[in-house]
Amino acid sequence: MSSLEIAARAAVRTAVALLASLALYACESSSPRFQNIDVTGANYGRDFRLLDPDGNIRTLADFRGKVVMMFFGFTQCPDICPTALARAAEVRRLLGADAGRLQVIFVSVDPERDLPELLRDYTAAFDPAFLGLYASLAETRAVADDFRVFYRKVPTGGSYTMDHTATSYVFDPRGQLRLAVSYQSPAESVAADVRTLLQAPHSTP
Amino acid sequence: MKVKMIAPLFAALVSSAALAQVTVGEPWVRATVPHQKATGAFTRLTAATDARLVEARSPVAAVVEVHEMVMEQEVMKMRAVPGLDLPAGKTVELKPGGYHVMLIDLEEQVKEGGTVPLTLIVEGTDGKRESIDVVAPVRPLNSARATHMPKH
Repeated sequence: MSSLEIAARAAVRTAVALLASLALYACESSSPRFQNIDVTGANYGRDFRLLDPDGNIRTLADFRGKVVMMFFGFTQCPDICPTALARAAEVRRLLGADAGRLQVIFVSVDPERDLPELLRDYTAAFDPAFLGLYASLAETRAVADDFRVFYRKVPTGGSYTMDHTATSYVFDPRGQLRLAVSYQSPAESVAADVRTLLQAPHSTP
Repeated sequence: MKVKMIAPLFAALVSSAALAQVTVGEPWVRATVPHQKATGAFTRLTAATDARLVEARSPVAAVVEVHEMVMEQEVMKMRAVPGLDLPAGKTVELKPGGYHVMLIDLEEQVKEGGTVPLTLIVEGTDGKRESIDVVAPVRPLNSARATHMPKH
């Protein structure tokens, strides 16, 4: 290969890289603006493998075509978990006819106490369409780590409570992690972002 | 003036509170589902003179603690506190996102529409303790926040 050829190939490679980055830029600049934290392209929280209260294995692929909103918590939680789940129920109400295109998932960080029946009753008290998922202690830790969710047991009154991350995660209908939703974010802003994800191209299965 | 905001039936239920140094406004307990062993109680407390909530009791739970919930970088942390200061004339709220009375190891399901007896032990600056009996209505599990807050 002559030095001229090498230089020509290098020039082509540079041009291709430039075009690719321009295309990416164009793509990004036309991507939707969200009211919640955009985590599109995150290298964490790509999937999960958990059990539903009937003992079936559930993964993200089961919910393709729907927006999935996922929250980690525990049923003995007096405060932040009911607030987050009540907000999720409100989001579904705000979506109206599109409510069926949002799957809300509650992942237990306390599988020792959150037995399947309790998990089912608990999520149903907010919305019968919500799904409670759980796993073994080791698998729960692995999934939480993968979602950068922190939790730990804290002893209290001969029993224990759980410290845990109160962020909800939202996946688009293609199963890509898109949003991190703060516990403080109002239902209206979450519903607006879910609508944006449902309306985006490729959102149909 | 808190009592005015409470329905007459409810005022009757908390009549003992009106005699105390501390006014108990709009207490409520979050309902549970079967096998759920813990829940929270919420209210507003206004002391006539400086006081401190030092203990809470309830026949429905084996363990009752005053808890504080704090958020640190999106992580929810809940801790028992030894007491809760009730400065004279200032309304201290026990509400989702702040303080609550934690009912742990529930004897049975706390059902929506029912009531839960609570006893609040308050200590004055003179070290004298008094107990206030409260009957708190049970609100649905999905109650998001305390309702109809006064606007003043």
